[in-house]
Amino acid sequence: MAEAPIQGGANGLSTKITAVLTRLGEKAVAAVAEIGLGAVLFGQSVFWIFMGRRQAQPVRIGATFARCMEVGIEALPIVTMMSITIGIMLAIQGIYALRVFGAEDQVTIGLGLSVVREFGPLITGILISGRTGSSLAARIGTMRISQEIDALTVMGINPVRFIVAPALIAMFVMVPLLAFWADMVMLAGAGWYVTVDLGMTFSAYVQRLTETVTLHDVMHGLSKAGLFSVLITLVGVINGASVSGGAEGVGKMTTRSVVLSISAIIVTDMVFAYVTTR
Amino acid sequence: MSHAEAAPYQRPDLTGAPNVIEIHDLVTHYGTRKILHNVSVEVREGEIMVIMGGSGSGKSTLLNTLLGLLRPTSGAVRILGQDLWGISDVERTHLRQKIGVAFQGGALFSSLNVLENILLPLREHTKLDLNTMRIMARLKMQVVNLAGFENLMPAELSGGMIKRAAFARAIVMDPRVLFCDEPSAGLDPIVASAIDDLILSLRDAMGMSIVVVTHELESAFRIADRICVLDRGHILMVGTVDEVRASQNERIQNLLNRRTEEENLDPDEYLKRLTAAAS
Repeated sequence: MAEAPIQGGANGLSTKITAVLTRLGEKAVAAVAEIGLGAVLFGQSVFWIFMGRRQAQPVRIGATFARCMEVGIEALPIVTMMSITIGIMLAIQGIYALRVFGAEDQVTIGLGLSVVREFGPLITGILISGRTGSSLAARIGTMRISQEIDALTVMGINPVRFIVAPALIAMFVMVPLLAFWADMVMLAGAGWYVTVDLGMTFSAYVQRLTETVTLHDVMHGLSKAGLFSVLITLVGVINGASVSGGAEGVGKMTTRSVVLSISAIIVTDMVFAYVTTR
Repeated sequence: MSHAEAAPYQRPDLTGAPNVIEIHDLVTHYGTRKILHNVSVEVREGEIMVIMGGSGSGKSTLLNTLLGLLRPTSGAVRILGQDLWGISDVERTHLRQKIGVAFQGGALFSSLNVLENILLPLREHTKLDLNTMRIMARLKMQVVNLAGFENLMPAELSGGMIKRAAFARAIVMDPRVLFCDEPSAGLDPIVASAIDDLILSLRDAMGMSIVVVTHELESAFRIADRICVLDRGHILMVGTVDEVRASQNERIQNLLNRRTEEENLDPDEYLKRLTAAAS
């Protein structure tokens, strides 16, 4: 009689372990399925961008232009404000760290390289994730709930061509441009602080920057921005398309979209840096 | 007094009319759950077929399958002579241009105004100039009695206006088949009656075949040439309004008299079932 509870306890533990493993397995399968869906969406988008006209279903220029305005022009104020702030912050921290060695005037090297290779594209990516990625997920989620995506399908309009392809083009064009703008503004903000704190002239600061930063460094950053733009779009679309359960579902998937796209950007950034910088 | 009694409608004789939709042995699953059980039914040219049933009867699943939004497990759907699931994507896209759908909630694109919503199928599938497309769209807006509301956004429309705009978009390509999902659901009786009139006038004016999915009995009896009664994924009967009304089938009578199955039971029997379920 005394063995029964022990056996029951062992069974209970085994059931719990099985349940945890099952849940882990299900999550892993769902994650792989999402990555697969992302690849399919990307493939279909590229197909419609290049082959749509031949299929008599071109990606609409007007819709793409409207998305470009949303992604790029309307994001300029926030990107500009954040970039100036971060530029000044980097200059403050850079000067503080180099003062230990008495090498404050070398701050431009660190500023130039870190901004164009890292901070410009990364900060732009994070801002666009929060701003445009979330709006894309919410828009597609709402369209799904209100049967607008079904309506497109039954009208013979491919939803990927109509919704995803213009967003992907707009992101791929505008995010690198925004990142370049962020580079410039960030360096200008940092330059302003450097000139005030170190008494260096702005032209001397720019001169040092041009000696330090090469075109290759700028392209390194802009390539990452292009990669981030694809990630943000696909994560937004996948989460939007997975919405179920009304307004609450839209909220949940929008939050998930922002968290996932920022995580994906940071991880990709690290991998990109590891592969291309070492 | 019902609207059917107030405004009797002379139904056309469709005997011998060719079939525009043929559904054979359709079986559909959601996951492992079987929703439609070997459903077979035909819709004739120029006919208004109402698919009627209670909640969970499978009528929305049947509609989604007919619209090509849900792939059936087995069986075939032929629309205008083409096997919906046996044709290529390009052929299916062309077939869809001959089909109009008015969704339950309208499914209007919230970022486009009413006119832009109605123009959308024309812009995507024709090479007409914008002025011609606008004229065509405005004509359809007049047909659905929505003229003058071109520039309103969907959020500014009433429930009845949303349905009308959805109808205008659905017919803008002059489809041969029109599907309507719960066209009068959520509308007050006067607006619902006007939507019924609109469906009848669309058939009479444009000669299209119309499939209406609804659980509104009054509306179904008013507009239907034939009614397909669905219950738990099975077709109980397909017949004219009079045939359905005269049916002795217990489930059909329950549906017509708005009775739940439990209400037909002997109270003792019902109590026994409840206690059995509880234990």
